[in-house]
Amino acid sequence: MPATTTAEVFDESALLAKAREGDLAAFNELVNRYSRKIYRLAKHITQNDEDAEDVLQETFLKAFEHLSSFQGQSKFYTWIVRIAVNESLMKLRKRKSDRTVPLDEPLDMGEDTVVREIAVWEDNPEQKYSREELAGILDEAVQNLKPAFRTVFVLRDIEELSTEETAEALGISVPAVKSRLLRARLQLREKLTRFFKRKGDDVFAYL
Amino acid sequence: MLTCKEFLQELSDYLDATVDVELRRRLEAHITNCPNCFVIFDTTKRTIQVYKGMQPQALPQDVEARLMKAVERKMSGKKPGASV
Repeated sequence: MPATTTAEVFDESALLAKAREGDLAAFNELVNRYSRKIYRLAKHITQNDEDAEDVLQETFLKAFEHLSSFQGQSKFYTWIVRIAVNESLMKLRKRKSDRTVPLDEPLDMGEDTVVREIAVWEDNPEQKYSREELAGILDEAVQNLKPAFRTVFVLRDIEELSTEETAEALGISVPAVKSRLLRARLQLREKLTRFFKRKGDDVFAYL
Repeated sequence: MLTCKEFLQELSDYLDATVDVELRRRLEAHITNCPNCFVIFDTTKRTIQVYKGMQPQALPQDVEARLMKAVERKMSGKKPGASV
């Protein structure tokens, strides 16, 4: 018999089929495969450990519950991300409804693409920091983005969903995803420049 | 030549390589001649790279334990697409 075990482990449709039949080990394998990413996503959007844990559990419980209706047209990961995004947004709205920009509100592109600081970065600036320090810098920069920008950036550039998948998950248009992503990226660039710029090499320019 | 503002509006699509050949040529011409926009292009590209390189951390042990318990409880109660 050929050694198919490795292929089997990575073959998601086989895992899904087994999980649908109620195979606990198969579903656990799917949970293990994606739980860290789902937890990270939930933490980024909700900015709260307790909410993130609730989202993590709800996502996999709902996925299990609706497994039979998952058609396999999209990837399993994209499907559970959509569940996790919905759960996270509900938490976010509940907790911060008074000071959150609604995700479907049109945002003015205007002056927010203004670039305030232009400085060349060091060659490998991230090497100046320990892994924990770097993670702290990157996380904090993302947390400081407005929710509408943060969610788009997290889905596109951290979880690596496509523009279309992001639009679908957030219920916004493709142009809205694109304009928010641009602003998020430029704002993050600016925040990271403070840490990563080459010393004594400031170029002050306003565009 | 594109203005800096026009360049910035297209920067994301340029970095995602979703612009057509003609626009890409004009964007490349712009950064060849505009050092400021080149720096913005380069540092934005690296911003994206540094985030993409970030691996998710392991779940805190207690969080993982509670998740597995919740999943197990759910699965023992009900099977998807099958009656109990």
